[in-house]
Amino acid sequence: MARPAQPISAQATYGSGLRKLTIAAAALMLLALTMVFFWVPNDADQGFLQKIFYIHVPLAIISLCGFVAGGVLAIFHLRTGDRRWDMRSYVAIHLSLVFAVGTLITGSIWARGSWGHWWVWSEPTLVSFLIVFLLYATYQPLRFAIEDPERQARYASVFAITCGAFVPLNFLAVRLSTQYLHPRVLGETSNLPWKFALTFYVSLLAMTVLFVALWKFEMTAKQTRAQVRTLRRLLTEDRSDFVPASGRSAAPRPDAPLTPAPTTPGSAGRVHPPAPAPALTRTSPR
Amino acid sequence: MPGLPFHTAGPYVFAAYIVFFTLVVVYVAIMAVRLTRVQREVVALTELARQQQMDETPPTP
Repeated sequence: MARPAQPISAQATYGSGLRKLTIAAAALMLLALTMVFFWVPNDADQGFLQKIFYIHVPLAIISLCGFVAGGVLAIFHLRTGDRRWDMRSYVAIHLSLVFAVGTLITGSIWARGSWGHWWVWSEPTLVSFLIVFLLYATYQPLRFAIEDPERQARYASVFAITCGAFVPLNFLAVRLSTQYLHPRVLGETSNLPWKFALTFYVSLLAMTVLFVALWKFEMTAKQTRAQVRTLRRLLTEDRSDFVPASGRSAAPRPDAPLTPAPTTPGSAGRVHPPAPAPALTRTSPR
Repeated sequence: MPGLPFHTAGPYVFAAYIVFFTLVVVYVAIMAVRLTRVQREVVALTELARQQQMDETPPTP
């Protein structure tokens, strides 16, 4: 049964607090950069090259946490059936992928400077991160392959939960491995001096705030697009000369009609009728 | 292992930071392009709504 569309005024808005978050992200990033280049001394072992660590490690931590968060948000989607949770999960995973690309590139640059190689296949930390990245790289094609929005959201949520559970397990397996070259930053073996530790934590905080700000930014943009699509449907529903823009998309469509997935064979990909319009009263002409 | 001197390590460090900031800038630029598209659509819809309102208003006798 089709669920009634939510009134526009009742929909959650993501734009609130975005400006403050953006300012906080920029200020923290500036502070972190100042600390990295002007305050914290060079590492005795790595020298100036160690400064990559303040960007590479936070990127890796935030991208992995983002993947896990995507899985947690997907659980909420499956529990409630609310497509907004799917959108939140999608944006978290999408953004984590961007951060993961940054992790891989900055890590490779560091490896080239420190080890003399861009990539070391025998290093479990590198290979395991690459596996996680490649796993999540299939998330968007998976979504794109499923045309029915309801089914797309459900399958993507199952994928996000399964892979989200795999991320900490993978991390733990690598931690238990003894055959590694990759330096360990946090944990029992860490003996980071306080200046290094403080700079690292400020960088991590800056990266976290940046992630949240970008997540909110993309959520606001996606929500605005969805509202514009709803508005277009409302304005053009009685006009035959206006063809609503539609097409296959990997991104969630929270404004798409919430009809049950087609069950008859060969009906996959059928275009569903538009959802009932939100109750908007039009003033009658005087 | 002795630390790499600044002139050797410097390009690597700056390359890493440039990569990161380029990623962020490209991401924000893509979002800005999409926002422009939405803005254009809002203008078109506003025009359509105005047109519909004019069509609904009966001519004054």
